[in-house]
This record gives sequence, structure tokens and C-alpha cells, in this order.
Amino acid sequence: MKSDFAVEFHDVVKVFPTPEGSTVTAVDHVSLEIKHGEFFSFLGPSGCGKTTSLRMMAGFEWPTSGEVVIDGKTMGRIPPYLRPVNTVFQSYALFQHMNVFQNIAFGLEMEKVPKPEINRRVGEALEMVKLGSMGRRTPKQLSGGQQQRIALARALVKRPEVLLLDEPLGALDLKLRKEMQLELKALQEQVGITFIYVTHDQEEALTMSNRIAVMSKGRALQIGGAVEIYERPNCRFVADFIGETNFMTGTVKALTKDRVTVLLSALNQEITGIGSGALSVGQAVAVSIRPEKVRLVDEDKKKVKELHGTENLLHGKVVTTAYIGSDTRVVLDLSGGLRMRAWEQNAISTLDPEAYYSAGDAVQIYIPVENTLVLPEDVS
Amino acid sequence: MTTAPASEAPAKKFSLGRSLRENRVAQGLFLISPANIYLFVLIVIPLLMVTVLSFLSRGEYGQVVFKFNPDNYARLFDAIYGKIMIFSLGVGVGTTVLCLLLGYPVAYYLARASARTRSLLLFLILLPFWTNFIIRIYAWMMILRSGGFLDSILMGMHITRGPLDLLYTPTAVMIGMVYEFLPFMVLPLYTSLEKVENSLLEAAADLGAPPWKAFLRVTLPLSVPGMIAGTILTFIPAMGMFVVSNLLGGAKTILIGNVIQNQFLTARDWPFGAAASMVLMLLTMVFTLYYTRKAGFGEELLV
Repeated sequence: MKSDFAVEFHDVVKVFPTPEGSTVTAVDHVSLEIKHGEFFSFLGPSGCGKTTSLRMMAGFEWPTSGEVVIDGKTMGRIPPYLRPVNTVFQSYALFQHMNVFQNIAFGLEMEKVPKPEINRRVGEALEMVKLGSMGRRTPKQLSGGQQQRIALARALVKRPEVLLLDEPLGALDLKLRKEMQLELKALQEQVGITFIYVTHDQEEALTMSNRIAVMSKGRALQIGGAVEIYERPNCRFVADFIGETNFMTGTVKALTKDRVTVLLSALNQEITGIGSGALSVGQAVAVSIRPEKVRLVDEDKKKVKELHGTENLLHGKVVTTAYIGSDTRVVLDLSGGLRMRAWEQNAISTLDPEAYYSAGDAVQIYIPVENTLVLPEDVS
Repeated sequence: MTTAPASEAPAKKFSLGRSLRENRVAQGLFLISPANIYLFVLIVIPLLMVTVLSFLSRGEYGQVVFKFNPDNYARLFDAIYGKIMIFSLGVGVGTTVLCLLLGYPVAYYLARASARTRSLLLFLILLPFWTNFIIRIYAWMMILRSGGFLDSILMGMHITRGPLDLLYTPTAVMIGMVYEFLPFMVLPLYTSLEKVENSLLEAAADLGAPPWKAFLRVTLPLSVPGMIAGTILTFIPAMGMFVVSNLLGGAKTILIGNVIQNQFLTARDWPFGAAASMVLMLLTMVFTLYYTRKAGFGEELLV
């Protein structure tokens, strides 16, 4: 009978001593639950505690306080070699004195799997990562991408409960990385093992994961699916880290069930959006508006639209534009020295320069209420 | 394409300047010539001299006589020299093995120590080299002699009843040899152990290897280059050692090195001494080659 979750963190804290004699808190009261068969990513900038979290699952580090539970069993101080998890290391950590076959067989030999079964399973693992004929090569004779696959095969051949991946694609070039992302995702669906993936690359996390934990300064700020953390970030950091966004600061003026009205400090104008978390009147907040969710209308062409009551209206002037094919990236100057970026999709194919914005154009800026996110500066 | 115009260059005369400009082989040879000269003057010529010397005869007054004499080698097959040869080999191998066994944990600890501890320990290991080697061996004489430093400690702690009489025994020679050569084992071992990345040990643990298995399957094989280098650095000079056996071994413990030293300095039979040197060299070479072949599975790691 399987437990409900593959991995659980119960209020986990990890404190490291520094050489200067002080301490740093790498992981700060993190609680989360990862389901069986899930592709779960820890996403955050370097030093956010994502790798430390992974290493506590692997058993290379022990929590200062709190519990790491794997498949229903509290790990405590169980050493790495007794845990039902395997790791794909960032540096691959392949054994240079063994060939590819021996590298993959190593873990099975430790389990005292009979020789014929080792041969069969290593063969299968090599096939799985599409390196069937490479068994006799040494790791040095392989390319980075191939080494990465061997590291993957070496961990997966053990059929772990959970596979831990520590920025496994970090050393590969962009094209290979994109290929491997899709391959990893397909592989995970094929083997059905829980994958826990550490990365600082948001696109990578969004592409592959069922759920993502966005981390900063040791804390898991938000845990959710790709759509959720992009469309409904719960604080300024998450909105800023995932994708691009415009921020305007202000204070909460009025609150209804699903609407928040904010007085923007730079414009002295009210804007209505949807709130996240517990907000209160008078609270200082950040308003986040994604550049692709801004709609512009040229004022001079008098195409001024009717407001539907579900949109905010601002005025501005185009400062610069950059045509990048799929869209035109416009930088706007709102009154009060506030800048805003807007990406206008080039949905109609035309060579007419009039169809595109250019510097100096006065524009009306429409922002639907649901595209206007009112966020606390930080989650508490 | 037009054909190349007929070359009007006449047969070129040899010119050093031109070959250096145009000929890559000549460039290469010229560039390594300092090393070649060094090798030729300091190794090839002396070796040739010893080889020639080993086939000459000793004159009545100990001078070298230019008369072909293969007897020098025949004399070495005497049982007494055979015994010394085998004993020397035993001391050489014993020293190497003991240095390896004692040096490995030291090197391992060094490689895993924090940067500060590490530099302090490396400094301590190199510290004895600041003092003359012979003076340090004399110090060992003080330590090992009857009623000396070691005896007084052991007897003071009631571990032994009487003096151990260690000085002038083969044991004393082994102690001196191991003492002398230990750093030559530790340093190359340390270098190769230091290169064993921690992530490899983590990977081994992650794949189910308890620490001792990780050591046997990962650390040990990866330190083979250091073991080979340390063994060669210890074994070869240990085979030719004569100072330690002279001072700590007394008259009873004679190594092939002492035989050679005696022939050159006391017996003044240079040709025989040269022949003994040649045999020692061959013996050492055969042993070292055999060993490196046997341990050759680590060769690809010797970078």
C-alpha cells in the first residue's frame, strides 16, 4: 500500500554555518507535498535553497529541524545509500574509471542483483536513453548530452521511488536543452516515476512540470501549476521571477469580494484588479500587469473604445518600439515618469507603417481587470 | 587551372636559417635542444661511462686499467652478493609497501581536510626536508639506540622491561627507510586523492554504496595513478639507498647500495662497483616495468 505522497516536507529548516562563524538559513520552514508520479520542480534563483531541498531528500544533508518524509517513511538521518531515491547530478558525477555499462550497473551491483538481470536491465536502460551501442565507451568518449543520458540511465535503472534531478540540463547548449526537456518529460510519463527537478530556468520548469515550487531566500513562496503561478502569482517576487511584468506601486483603497481598487502612487489614479492573499485597506501593494496583456488604442486615430467597466484605462506616449516578428514591443511613458512595456501581437500581416506604433504616438492603454494583479510585496 | 610554372629554384644548399624557417621537424628539434643537451650531458654520458667502466679491470693500486674484463659481472653471481641483492630487494619492496600502507591514510586525510588544516599539514610533511638528511638519520640513531629516547619512553611507561636494542638491526633500517621515503609516497597519493570529487562519492552513496564500498569501488581505483607514482618514487631510490643502512644497520645489514659505495670508496674497485651499479639498475628497471605493467589499468588516468 503506497502512502499518499511520494515526498513530504514538514516545516523543514536547514541552517548552515558559514566560515566566518555566523549561520545562513538555506531552507526556511518549507512544507510541501509531492504526489506520486508527479513532475515537480523547484524553481528559483541561485541561493534560494532549491538544491539544498533536493539534497535533503537524497540524504546528503539532514534538516536542522522538521521532517522529510519519503513514501510515508520519515527519513530522519537515514543515509543516502538506504533511501529509495536516486539523483541525477548537475555535474553528472560519472565514474571515469568505469565504462558506460559499468557505470549503470554500479547501483544494481550494490543491490546484489543477479548478473543476468543486471545485464538485461542495463541493456534496457541504455535503450531507454537511446544509447544502446555505447556500453563499452568510457564517459570521456561521450558528448555532454550523452553523458547526461548515462547519468539519467544510471539513476533510473535502480527504479527509484523518486528521481531527483539537480539542474541536469544546465551544462548543455540551448538546442540540446530544449530537446532534452521534451525527452525528459516523455520519459517521466513513460516510466511513471516521481521526478523532482531543480532549475533556475523558468521556461524549463514551465515546460516540464505538473507543479512548481517557486523559491526565494529559503522559502517556498508559491506552489502550483504553470498556469497558476504565471496567471495568479501570489506575491511580487513570483510575478517578477516568472515571465516579464510591469509593476506599479500603490495602496489599497477599497476591497470587495473579488475586486481590489488601488490608488497608484505615481499616477494618483485608481486602478481595479484582482487581489491575491489577504489584503487590507491602506496596505502598500504592487500592481503587476504582464506586457502581453496590455491593449493599446491609438488616440490620434480616434479609435477610442467604450469602456465596459471591466477595464482600466490609462494614458501614455510611445517612447520606443521594437518589431520582433511575432509582436512589437512597445515602451510607454505614462504620466508621472512611469514606464510600461506592452507587447502588441502582430496578428495582421501588413507592410503599412501606419499599422504599427512608433515613438511619439499618444495611446490609450486598456488593461482588463482580470489582467491587473494586486500583489502583496511578500507572502507572510 | 593553369599548371604551376616550372620551378627555377636550383638545388637548395643546406642552410640552418632556412630549415628553421620552413622545416617543422627542424624547428621542433631546435626548440627542445636545451632539454636534449641536458639529458645527454647529465644522463647519457655518465651512463655510458659507468657501462664502459663496468667492463674494465682494477689495477694493483686501485686504479682503472683499460683491459676488457667481464669477470666483474661473474663475481656478482657469488652467493654472498645474491643474498645481498635479494635482501635489498626485500628492503626496497618492504619500504614501499609500508610507505603505501602508512601514507595512504595520511594522504586521504590531507585530501579531505579543510584548506587551512591541509596547508598546515603539507607544511609539516615538508618540514623535515629543511634539515640535512644525514642529520635526521643521526637523530634516529639517538632515538633507537639502547637506552635511547624510544627505550626510555617505553620503559618509563612500563611497556617494555629492558632496552629493545633496535639500533644496528634490519628493523632500524626499515624504520629509517620508511621515515625517509614516506613524504615521497604521501605527496603523489594526496594529489590523486584530492582530484576525487566529492560528487563521485555522493553518487556512489546515492546508488546504494555504503562508505566502505564507495571507497573500494571509487576512491581506491581513482587513486591508482598516485599509488603508481608514489611507489616508483619510493622504490627506485630505496633500492639504491646506502646511508640509512650504513648508519642504522651497522655491519650486519648490508644493502646493494653499501656494496657499491664500498667498492668505490673503500675497496677502490671501480669496475666492480660499476658492474654492481649496472645490475642494480637493471633489477630496479625490471621490477618497475613489471609493476607498472601490472598496475597499468590506471594508465589512462595518468594525466
